[in-house]
Amino acid sequence: MLHNNKTLLCSATAIMATLLATGSAQAGETMDAVKERGQVVCGVSTGLPGFSTPDDQGNWEGIDVDVCHGVAAAVFGDASKVQFVPLNAKERFTALQSGEIDVLSRNTTWTATRDTTLGLNFTGVSFYDGQGFLVKESLGIDSAKQLDGAAFCVQSGTTTELNLADYFQAHDMSFEPVVFDTSDQTVGGFEAGRCDVLTSDTSQLNALRIKLSDPDSAKVLPEVISKEPLGPVVRQGDDQWFNAVKWTLFAMINAEEMGISSENADEMKGSEKPGIARFMGSEGNFGEAMGLPADWAYSIVSQVGNYGEVFDRNVGAGSPLNIERGLNALWTEGGIQYAPPIR
Amino acid sequence: MTTPSSPPPRRETPPFWRDPAKRALLFQALMLAALFAVIGFIVSNTLENLDARGITTGFGFLHDTAGFGIVQSLIDYTPQSTYGRTFLVGLLNTLLVSTLGIAAATIIGFLMGIARLSPNWLIARIAGAYVEIFRNIPLLLQIFFWYFAVLRSLPSPRQSMSLGEAVFLNIRGLVVPAPVGGPGFVWTLVALAVAVIAAIVLVRWNRRRQAATGDRLPAGWISAGIIVVLPAVVFIASGMPLTWDIPKLGGFNFSGGITVLPELLALWLALSIYTGAFIAEIVRSGIQAVSKGQTEAARALSLSGGMTLRLVVIPQAMRVIIPPLTSQYLNLIKNSSLATAIGYPDLVSVFAGTTLNQTGQAIEVIMMTMAVYLTLSLLVSMFMNWFNARMALVER
Ligand SMILES: N[C@@H](CCC(=O)N[C@@H](CS)C(=O)NCC(=O)O)C(=O)O
Repeated sequence: MLHNNKTLLCSATAIMATLLATGSAQAGETMDAVKERGQVVCGVSTGLPGFSTPDDQGNWEGIDVDVCHGVAAAVFGDASKVQFVPLNAKERFTALQSGEIDVLSRNTTWTATRDTTLGLNFTGVSFYDGQGFLVKESLGIDSAKQLDGAAFCVQSGTTTELNLADYFQAHDMSFEPVVFDTSDQTVGGFEAGRCDVLTSDTSQLNALRIKLSDPDSAKVLPEVISKEPLGPVVRQGDDQWFNAVKWTLFAMINAEEMGISSENADEMKGSEKPGIARFMGSEGNFGEAMGLPADWAYSIVSQVGNYGEVFDRNVGAGSPLNIERGLNALWTEGGIQYAPPIR
Repeated sequence: MTTPSSPPPRRETPPFWRDPAKRALLFQALMLAALFAVIGFIVSNTLENLDARGITTGFGFLHDTAGFGIVQSLIDYTPQSTYGRTFLVGLLNTLLVSTLGIAAATIIGFLMGIARLSPNWLIARIAGAYVEIFRNIPLLLQIFFWYFAVLRSLPSPRQSMSLGEAVFLNIRGLVVPAPVGGPGFVWTLVALAVAVIAAIVLVRWNRRRQAATGDRLPAGWISAGIIVVLPAVVFIASGMPLTWDIPKLGGFNFSGGITVLPELLALWLALSIYTGAFIAEIVRSGIQAVSKGQTEAARALSLSGGMTLRLVVIPQAMRVIIPPLTSQYLNLIKNSSLATAIGYPDLVSVFAGTTLNQTGQAIEVIMMTMAVYLTLSLLVSMFMNWFNARMALVER
């Protein structure tokens, strides 16, 4: 209900905001507002291990959270200057459109509709994902092709909901969608047996399985039925802010490729190598046009880390999720993470 | 002295700004014009802003393919249907739970309201406890209670509780056999309709006859007999053309029969029990508002207890009951939008939820949704006002 109220509230705010606002987003508007406020307001999920979830002390952590810390490091030279706003799937775009948040970093799939009709822009891909199925072990099923007629717990307002319908139409099977507002309710429905299958982005299925009271009672099916490129989103029409968020992610990926990490960033700051000097801001000033200080990229890497570090710490080998790099490895290592050069 | 034929002094017609009636008219016209101007400004400004922000506007999306599934639909719906259709599906689901809720809440409310006045100490106390408990716990908590605490603890389909191997209850809902009418089954329905009309005619005739002659037939029993016997005879004569589609367990769940979703059950229970508690209070106060002298007078005329209630007390109480009852009905319809908290696919969950989110057209979707609730409320009010007026005519 809280969420439901909030959705309505969000919609109402968005409507009021659009009714009363007098013009479109202007370049520089967001950056000025952020600087004046002294904080980046960042929309995240209500709790999804590895992506954005509060720890025991209530500090947010996860790969999506670190993108926001990166933006704060770039703008303020202080990664901690972020305020997190938890949003469920239904609330997220309205919150961004209405200006309640500056950037949405909440395992959000980049699709044509979202990019072109909502007045929003995706700034890149922080995680390449795909949709999968988590089923009860007791059903004795080992392929999604055997799911004809099953009931699926799924979260409302997601691409998951759409892919599910597509997949079952394509395979001429029937399904019963049981739609919930939040991730907790979705998992709860699966655990209670309201549905046979929980479907979501595969990265999340393992995390959700670990959270079940009996993790061995469920298993992830091998099929991946969709492309889910997840990335940060900003409002359309403010190119300066768009660039700042986009290049924050690129800086993290470039840093990994160049071998710059949070551990050696200080050492390498003095490097004479042209590529590294440009990255650190000691040669040229790539921050200026984005309204950022010259050492923006240095701040990101020294305080938050490079893409590889962020990945390992939150979802990779250094985390309980233990997800393989796979598609998310650098292009030089067999993956497709590839950032344009800083020059 | 003036001549009697002289005309009375004619008053000059004042200029229109000095005439209060005309002035009021003028001000109202100005108000209306200003209101339209403001609305026009808001609409055009909004469209302009949405356009400047690159947000798509208009109602064209209603023709686009929805692409998502809906678990319960009273009309044909597949993921290939349009967003416009999701609106209808959601609307019908809202109407379904509201109608069921209003019917059940009315029955519960009247029974409990009358029970509260019962001379039987235990019955009166039970009814009192019901009212105090369910009226004072927030509705959302009650919905959660029925859904999470009660229905979630039901067994899986394979371990369903069953009644005569035909009706099954499990965590996926209540599965009941579905009646399937054969070729001649329409005649039974026709017979039923005829019987109902005949019963109505009989009751009216009986009432008129009683007014004229003082005699009365036991019309209630006779009409009940007609309604049961006539369709039954036709049904048997036409060869009992009705079969039952008995649910069978197979694959993941039962197939065949009709499944009542647990979400619908939970919402229905919660809405009717919650609203029933308010209606019980309305009924109690309505009955108590009829002065004791009325009952005593009826008694003195040697009317029986039942007749006193039916002919004297209830008709007068109804006039007190109907207006607040209307607002309970309106509340129930609006409260049904809490459906989204447990995933029942009502208008708010399907249309103002998923459709809004997949299309991003918040303004259009929210406006349509608000228009629906407004229209429903106005229709219910209109009906209840009509009903109230009819009841009021009983007064002499
Ligand atoms: N990537 C998909 C799905 C994202 C999604 O919302 N997944 C659920 C998984 S159950 C989630 O993150 N829920 C967390 C929450 O609502 O806070 C999208 O962008 O539509």
